[in-house]
Amino acid sequence: MASIIKISGLTKSYASGHVALKHVDLEIEEGEIFALLGPNGAGKTTMISIICGNVNPTSGTVTVAGHDIVRDYRGSRSTIGLVPQELFTDAFERVIDTVTFSRGLFGKPRNPAFIEKVLRDLSLWDKRNSKILELSGGMKRRVMIAKALSHEPRVLFLDEPTAGVDVELRRDMWLLVRQLREMGVTIILTTHYIEEAEEMADRVGVINKGELILVEEKAALMKKLGKKTLTVVLAEPLAAVPPELADWEVALKNEGQEIEYIFNTQAERTGVSSLLRTLGELGIAYKDLNTEQSSLEDIFVSLVHQEKAA
Amino acid sequence: MSGLNLHAIKSIYFFELNRFRRTLLTGLMVPVITTSLYFVVFGGAIGSRMTEIDGIPYAAFIVPGLIMLSMFTESIFNASFGIYMPKFTGTIYELLSAPVSATETIIAYVGAAATKSLTVGLIIFATAHLFVDIHVANPFAMIAFMVLIAISFCLFGFILGIWAQSFEQLQVIPLLVIMPMTFLGGAFYSIHMLAEPWRTITLFNPIVYLISGFRWTFFGRGDVGIEFSLLFIAGMLLVCLGIIGWMFRTGYRLKK
Repeated sequence: MASIIKISGLTKSYASGHVALKHVDLEIEEGEIFALLGPNGAGKTTMISIICGNVNPTSGTVTVAGHDIVRDYRGSRSTIGLVPQELFTDAFERVIDTVTFSRGLFGKPRNPAFIEKVLRDLSLWDKRNSKILELSGGMKRRVMIAKALSHEPRVLFLDEPTAGVDVELRRDMWLLVRQLREMGVTIILTTHYIEEAEEMADRVGVINKGELILVEEKAALMKKLGKKTLTVVLAEPLAAVPPELADWEVALKNEGQEIEYIFNTQAERTGVSSLLRTLGELGIAYKDLNTEQSSLEDIFVSLVHQEKAA
Repeated sequence: MSGLNLHAIKSIYFFELNRFRRTLLTGLMVPVITTSLYFVVFGGAIGSRMTEIDGIPYAAFIVPGLIMLSMFTESIFNASFGIYMPKFTGTIYELLSAPVSATETIIAYVGAAATKSLTVGLIIFATAHLFVDIHVANPFAMIAFMVLIAISFCLFGFILGIWAQSFEQLQVIPLLVIMPMTFLGGAFYSIHMLAEPWRTITLFNPIVYLISGFRWTFFGRGDVGIEFSLLFIAGMLLVCLGIIGWMFRTGYRLKK
């Protein structure tokens, strides 16, 4: 697939000396859902803000659909829709007016039919004549998404789309993101909810302290860094871990009724079969086995941790 | 894309006019009431005891000054509010991320604010007709002058709006600088009535040139030559455009 966004050597340092982004290189493919993951203050919003034009880069270049974001900002910005993290709305405007306004602002001729479609897709049509200040927080967020979609962008940035959003809206948001992807819209979302990236993303980028630590297919990332936990449910509880099992560094759980073994799925020898064999040799009977994939959260925590240790 | 983003200019322009429409009653009633009060107090109560100034009845003499006073403050308030509010509420993110150039932004915001301030100026002019007989010597020049004043003061207000970081800063210049300068700049008197050294000192007040120029379009004469007035407006326009250009290039108080 062709890249729609190319970021190279992107750096942002502030007058205070704070470096928000350190030489970031990244390519986003057209049509994918890319999740930018990182703790607060990692540089996620800074990166989005530079691409969209809200923050000036210190050095480096970004092109969106082949348009340089500085020299050809009209070209790049008209392909982008941005939904910022915070709810910035014109309280006294009506929903339909503010969404129509956004379309015009991005240089598109009026198209009431399309605006109606966007509002219907976001369940805002019934509220179209309400003033924004009359809406709930979740509804306001929908309005901001409608504004971002009003000019038919090819790329949509969702900065923390589900921060402070109720469960229902989060489900709706995920559904919407998938629908948009089916329409060919490239989506870049930032989040610190790992489940969100896990749920939606095709690829995941992890950013910490302004550095892009890694970019990986979500599945590959899970596989590569994913650890699995093997739980062996014993027939008879054990009082202590037998010394023969020291090599596997197993732990006794659940008052000695379970043995827990953490193994790396990418290792040549996972140690699972040898562990089970050893258990058999020791005459330890078990009645159930269970393996569990570690979540993206565990992966993320360990990555940020490694970074700190390095 | 080439050329101006006309859709964007239209969108912002009508968004701003819509904002004014929401406060239409106060927006239009206030100038009418204020003007009437000025005429009752200055024109009626005081003016009847005053002699003519340069052969012009006092009540008629103050009309250009009154229009200017309102247009200065209206222009600055409208234009500065127009750009300050998105900064304050955060909605400026959308403007900054839109394919809109500095020129388009200025045309739209300043154009809308100038439209309103011009409307207010014309309403005051119409209200004044209810109180005094005015014969405008050069109506075309009068309108042109009002347009120029509206644009230059809206540009100035736009700069203030970008510069301001609080509502207080937003108000400090129009209330503490422009208003006193207008009162001392001959809005209600001719500077020829002043004794030295005040007369010479007053010539350092730029507002004198604006009010005098506008009065010239009414009566064919002012405190200073019309060429100085035009020169001053041209200078103000250029300086304001220069500052705004710099603000947009560097992203001063707009972008981080």
